[in-house]
Amino acid sequence: MKEKTQLESVRTLEEIRSIMSRSVRFFSLNGWSGVWAGCVGLAGALIARSWIQDLPPVYYNTVRKMRGSYDGVVSNEVYTGATIKFLILAILVLVVAIAGGYYFTNRKAKQTGQKLWNSTSKQMILHMSIPLVMGGIFSLFFLANGHEAYIAPACLIFYGIALYNGSKYTYSDIMYLGYMEMALGVVNMFFLGYGLTFWAIGFGGLHILYGLIMWNKYDKKGAKATA
Amino acid sequence: MKDPIQHLNKIFDSRIRIGIMSALAVNEKLNFNDLKGIMDVTDGNLATHLKTLEEHEYIKVQKGFVGRKTNTTYSITKAGHKAFTDHLNALEEIIKKMK
Repeated sequence: MKEKTQLESVRTLEEIRSIMSRSVRFFSLNGWSGVWAGCVGLAGALIARSWIQDLPPVYYNTVRKMRGSYDGVVSNEVYTGATIKFLILAILVLVVAIAGGYYFTNRKAKQTGQKLWNSTSKQMILHMSIPLVMGGIFSLFFLANGHEAYIAPACLIFYGIALYNGSKYTYSDIMYLGYMEMALGVVNMFFLGYGLTFWAIGFGGLHILYGLIMWNKYDKKGAKATA
Repeated sequence: MKDPIQHLNKIFDSRIRIGIMSALAVNEKLNFNDLKGIMDVTDGNLATHLKTLEEHEYIKVQKGFVGRKTNTTYSITKAGHKAFTDHLNALEEIIKKMK
């Protein structure tokens, strides 16, 4: 009789723990979302690189050697035109990356029977979007004032903070990805002018690497179990 | 505590009720659908257990609106938190006696 109560107590405590973690963390994030975002990011960086090379060499050199400010070597029209092109590219990359991430996450949510849009995922998005929006505004001011070289490090650092903030609501692994993005952004500050390379590593390489790690850790088993 | 089994709360005998309390202990507030998603129960079943917890004043019900749709949220009360913690402590004691 006693033993039965004890076993039951253990089971109850396990259940309580599982419900607590399930109700505060969002586990539908999928490794493929990361791989997808990384590939899109890399593709975007490659396109941007080819555009930079097509620009008049002065611009190319200015961007590469820039140490803080635009020195006015290139005519304003070429400069503004190129800036708009890069902005559109950046927005496209973002939209395609998020759309893919949504697709994979939604698919996993359906498989595991978790609702995609619940209080936890809302909390996660809210806590991530505050640093993201602030970082975006910050970067736009850099752009407007001709400090392009600071945009990539600012994006990486703020994105890292966003991941760190959101990691409380999902797999804690995301926190380490956040640390790495922040560290990369800081290192980029020492190598201003190589933003595109750092951008490609942070938004491309790290996402792919992390996506594969997450897939291997959480999704592979699930995929086998359902198959 | 001589016999921790006596300290177990009868109200928390139900798996659904203890599930509701666990979820509300770590979330500021949750609505009906959140709870349903977490525990995999039917609407009627969940509603009955929520009612019981509300009657014991372990949870607080807030009726609100999201647009034109009603949105009822649930949160844990101080008394609820105490009862839940006591129940957990009793469970822990039972397990400790195992060793």
